[in-house]
Amino acid sequence: MPNILVVEDSPTMRQLISFAIKRIRNSHVVEATDGVDALKKLSSEKIDLIIADINMPVMDGLKLVSLVRGNPVFKDIPIIMVTTEGAEEDRKRAIAIGANAYLPKPIQTQELLKLVTTFLSGRSN
Amino acid sequence: MEKDRSFLNKADEFIQMFKKGEEFTKELLKENEKLRFKIVELGGSLEKSVDSARTKLYEDRIKLLEDELGSLKEKFRKVEEENKDFATKYLEVEEENNNLANLYVASYQLHSTLDFPEVLRIVLEIVINLIGAEKFAIMLIDDKTNELVPVTAEGIDITAVPKVVIGSGTIGGVAREGESYFAENLTGVSEHKPFEPIVCIPLKLKEHVIGVIAIYKLLTQKSGFTNVDYELFNLLAGHAATAIFSSRLYTQSERKLTTIQSFLDLLKEKPKKWENR
Repeated sequence: MPNILVVEDSPTMRQLISFAIKRIRNSHVVEATDGVDALKKLSSEKIDLIIADINMPVMDGLKLVSLVRGNPVFKDIPIIMVTTEGAEEDRKRAIAIGANAYLPKPIQTQELLKLVTTFLSGRSN
Repeated sequence: MEKDRSFLNKADEFIQMFKKGEEFTKELLKENEKLRFKIVELGGSLEKSVDSARTKLYEDRIKLLEDELGSLKEKFRKVEEENKDFATKYLEVEEENNNLANLYVASYQLHSTLDFPEVLRIVLEIVINLIGAEKFAIMLIDDKTNELVPVTAEGIDITAVPKVVIGSGTIGGVAREGESYFAENLTGVSEHKPFEPIVCIPLKLKEHVIGVIAIYKLLTQKSGFTNVDYELFNLLAGHAATAIFSSRLYTQSERKLTTIQSFLDLLKEKPKKWENR
């Protein structure tokens, strides 16, 4: 059963993403409200994929990505960034830090599910 | 002598008989040859007739199979078409499902609390994350002054959003008429024009307008609105209005309740004080 960590400070977006992810068979969603909360969840549960917002209080998504990539235990977990920042330079910056995909808001559920499925199948292979 | 003559006669007779026999045999052989020829001839024609019957049978069979192949091809084409239809319908249903999920989450969140600031925050979240607005304000009608007063804003300073008299300009017009406004050009607005939103949605309790959501700028990646955006606008117009109205009423009643409770406590305490005097 793949564990997907959804890191979002907005309860609405968190619920929306979780709602969409739960449609993937056997998937389990772990929710975190910011980067620090996400790191706690990462150390307590086995996570297969991270979906993170960029603009969050306490610790933003970019900082979270750099910390995850710098940790030998978590560095291979795929990360999808979901953000309101839609400019090309924002996307490049996120990818350069280590994000695997970049999805600007408002998110298209189909697109998100496609990315999640692709990364999960890549990981299981 | 006589004996020789009779012997000769008998020999002649025998020769005659033998010749007749020879002729008869020759005739028989001829007849046999003719019959054999006829047999061969009949055999040939019989074979021919069998072959042509078989060919006809095969031809009929081929035609039947060709017809069957044609009908199978036609069926296959229909099934393929149906399959395409199903695939298209599946995508449509999937999209509708996603849209409904968005609407469900939005309405669930809107009605998840009775705290007025929390409800306003949820409306902001919906407009940012689900609609894709970058600069916007929520304005509520002040019944005393008959004006729209900004209560929260995103992407712009709330002080940059002026009060609007009902009926005045685009925003005031939306508040008076209760009809949503969508500008023709949704992008390319660079400077903030407080009286000229690109979208203005009335917040309605049935036909009673309690406020508006004025959107001034969409996110860079948002070029236009889809069907689900209009559904969300409808949802906001109704559900956000109900949530805002109920939470404001609840907050006010909570405040009043606290005041009344304090007043009652004061009344209970007074006689004791008098008794002490």
